[in-house]
Amino acid sequence: MSGSHHDNPYLAHHFDTPRQQLEANKLGIWLFLGQEIMFFSALFVGLMIFRSWYPQMYHTAAHELSVPQGAFNTIVLICSSLTMALAVRWAQMDVPNNNRTVFWLCLATFALAGVFLVVKYFEYSHKIHVGTLPGKFFDPSNPEFPAALKQFDNAKLFFGFYFCLTGLHGIHVLAGMGVIGWIMVRARRNEFNSKNFAAVECVGLYWHLVDLVWIFLFPLLYLVG
Amino acid sequence: MSVAATASGRVPHYLEAGKGIKSWLVTLDHKRIGVMYLWSVLGAFLLGGLAAILVRTELWSTGQTIMDANAYNRMFTLHGAAMVFLFIIPSVPAALGNILLPIMLGAKDVAFPRLNLASYYIYLVGALFALAAIAFGGVDTGWTFYTPYSTSDKVANTAVMMTFAAFVLGFSSIFTGINFIVTVHKLRAPGITWFRMPLFVWAIYSTAILQVLATPVLAITLLLFMVERTFGIGIFDATIGGDPVLFQHFFWFYSHPAVYIMILPGMGIISELTSTFSRRPIFGYTAVAFSSVALAIFSFLVWGHHMFVSGQSEYASALFSFLTFFVALPSGVKMFNWLGTMYKGSISFASPNLYAMAFMFLFSIGGLTGIFLGALSTDVHLTDSYFVVAHFHYVMMGGTIFAFFGGIHYWWPKTFGVTYNEGLAKIAVALQFIGFNITFFSQFILGTRGMPRRYFNYPPDFEELHRISTIGSYIVFAGFLLTAWYLIASLRKEKNAGDNPWHSVALEWQTSSPPPVENFVETPKIKHGPYDYDHPDAAPLVLASASSNRKAS
Repeated sequence: MSGSHHDNPYLAHHFDTPRQQLEANKLGIWLFLGQEIMFFSALFVGLMIFRSWYPQMYHTAAHELSVPQGAFNTIVLICSSLTMALAVRWAQMDVPNNNRTVFWLCLATFALAGVFLVVKYFEYSHKIHVGTLPGKFFDPSNPEFPAALKQFDNAKLFFGFYFCLTGLHGIHVLAGMGVIGWIMVRARRNEFNSKNFAAVECVGLYWHLVDLVWIFLFPLLYLVG
Repeated sequence: MSVAATASGRVPHYLEAGKGIKSWLVTLDHKRIGVMYLWSVLGAFLLGGLAAILVRTELWSTGQTIMDANAYNRMFTLHGAAMVFLFIIPSVPAALGNILLPIMLGAKDVAFPRLNLASYYIYLVGALFALAAIAFGGVDTGWTFYTPYSTSDKVANTAVMMTFAAFVLGFSSIFTGINFIVTVHKLRAPGITWFRMPLFVWAIYSTAILQVLATPVLAITLLLFMVERTFGIGIFDATIGGDPVLFQHFFWFYSHPAVYIMILPGMGIISELTSTFSRRPIFGYTAVAFSSVALAIFSFLVWGHHMFVSGQSEYASALFSFLTFFVALPSGVKMFNWLGTMYKGSISFASPNLYAMAFMFLFSIGGLTGIFLGALSTDVHLTDSYFVVAHFHYVMMGGTIFAFFGGIHYWWPKTFGVTYNEGLAKIAVALQFIGFNITFFSQFILGTRGMPRRYFNYPPDFEELHRISTIGSYIVFAGFLLTAWYLIASLRKEKNAGDNPWHSVALEWQTSSPPPVENFVETPKIKHGPYDYDHPDAAPLVLASASSNRKAS
């Protein structure tokens, strides 16, 4: 860039010091996470409002979700947060082959995210099979439709929220896999060291938020019956 | 202020830094991105303005004048959606804010230049979807997209396209907000403490907080609307236990803060103009700075005042009404501090300051009528009437748009290095100010007499006031066409403005006009605030011009 006021190749032209650049990047990602929380907030608020209006229906419908599958996925995501956090730590260290470790840790995170989506696929397939789907696809005439839900005429509200929340969360998981893949490519090019790790740290923070959203979703949808 | 002089051996300015269309399309320079935003939002202003003229023309007489009722409904929706989402929300922050914020902070650029460019392209994509929705038949829900009407079969599916456009435009706004907050926190030049920042920066900063925290709620609301409309999940559908009023809660949780996203940056401009053109330090700097933050906070707590007649509980309404009155406090703090700044100042009647004075007059009326509407018992009678229409046009147009054009005139020499025809500018301000009052004061009267908003037809008794309003709108339109003409004509002239035509001591005028690519030849070291007309370093410049002003007036 035209600045030429510094020789550090990792430092963008409009920053004066690496510390200033790192702090700017971290503040930026925290603000982005703040807007993510507000983005999910309306769905959480809506879920709680309808739950307080129709507690019996919510109680019954929540029993149709598979707690073992949800719990398994919770463990999977918590493990993926661990591998991500370790990747951030390794990216910051000036030791030989630290980029290779970052690569493998990110691959593990990527794979765990994949496991999460596969389990989600089985959960969704089951609901498609029995007809507990959102909106106009909700089908009480399906022969395998849960008998306990037939007494409620508004059970499709619950599954509307279930699919909106888990679907949006799933999209965030996919986006996370995308940016983790990008970190893997950069780790392959040996880009990360104690002077240049902001990208890993920002992706890590994003991934922890995706994890955290699920940690709230799981009890609210599966456990609080 | 010790800023490297540019008089010796001129550094190429940002407009010269690259030639050709590609140098603009891939630019990361905040000033060029701001200029692209400026032309885009002005295009949207023209689109929304033409729709407004067609709406007013239709209302010239009772019954059908130039279009049928369906076309009329689409036309006022087009006017509202284009003005709110495509013009006013991005106007001051994304156009003027982008051009000026880093310069005012002595920074070389915003914190994330690529994100900045991305936000512009996201804006363009959103605008294209909005135009597509219009081309495929338009939307007749009003810009608020209220359920259950908007989810019913009576409304064409273009509503989904229009809400998707607003959804996309929201992310453009969020990215701008993130960029500005980080820039203010991390990229201030040495010597610019928080309380040496220009009040425009405080206003943009408060706005950015709203953009980041409120806009995502609109995004999820519109997303839920699209899902509801496409799949019928029932969240807004009362027939299966959902709640259409929940849409209003979610919508106004964003859209009330959005009112402050629209007005706060305008107030920031007025603070700059008032000090510069009164040649006095701003009165009550700290109070004005914190009043911006206070408005940002209060704006999150009053959304329910849009729903006094929507069936929310009386207790909620009473609480929202009470909280609404608090908004008047920081607004009043600003107004009296601006007046205090002008008091005994050496006031210049240059066109930017005429816009600022028009703002104070019109915003006072807009703000005070807002108090009427915040009072529960009054609101029940005036809600959804032309009184409301007149109120928010006094705030949004008399406030934000007059401030925006004041800012455009003030920073035009900074941005493009040229001066416009000051005589024509004064005529344009007069036309806009007089035409505006004719248009909308008559609507206050129509509203109190019972004319409901958004109606295609009305009783013959109202025809006279409607005609006065329509004539006023033509005068305003003529005023803006005149502004467009002399501003565009000025660009063909050679760069003759000089670096500091207004003799301001604020930092953005201490670099060349137009500024070089990284704004300052050397990172400036700031020793005084942006309004310190009485500071020894700034004194010689000020004394000279202040004395000449006194002679003139």
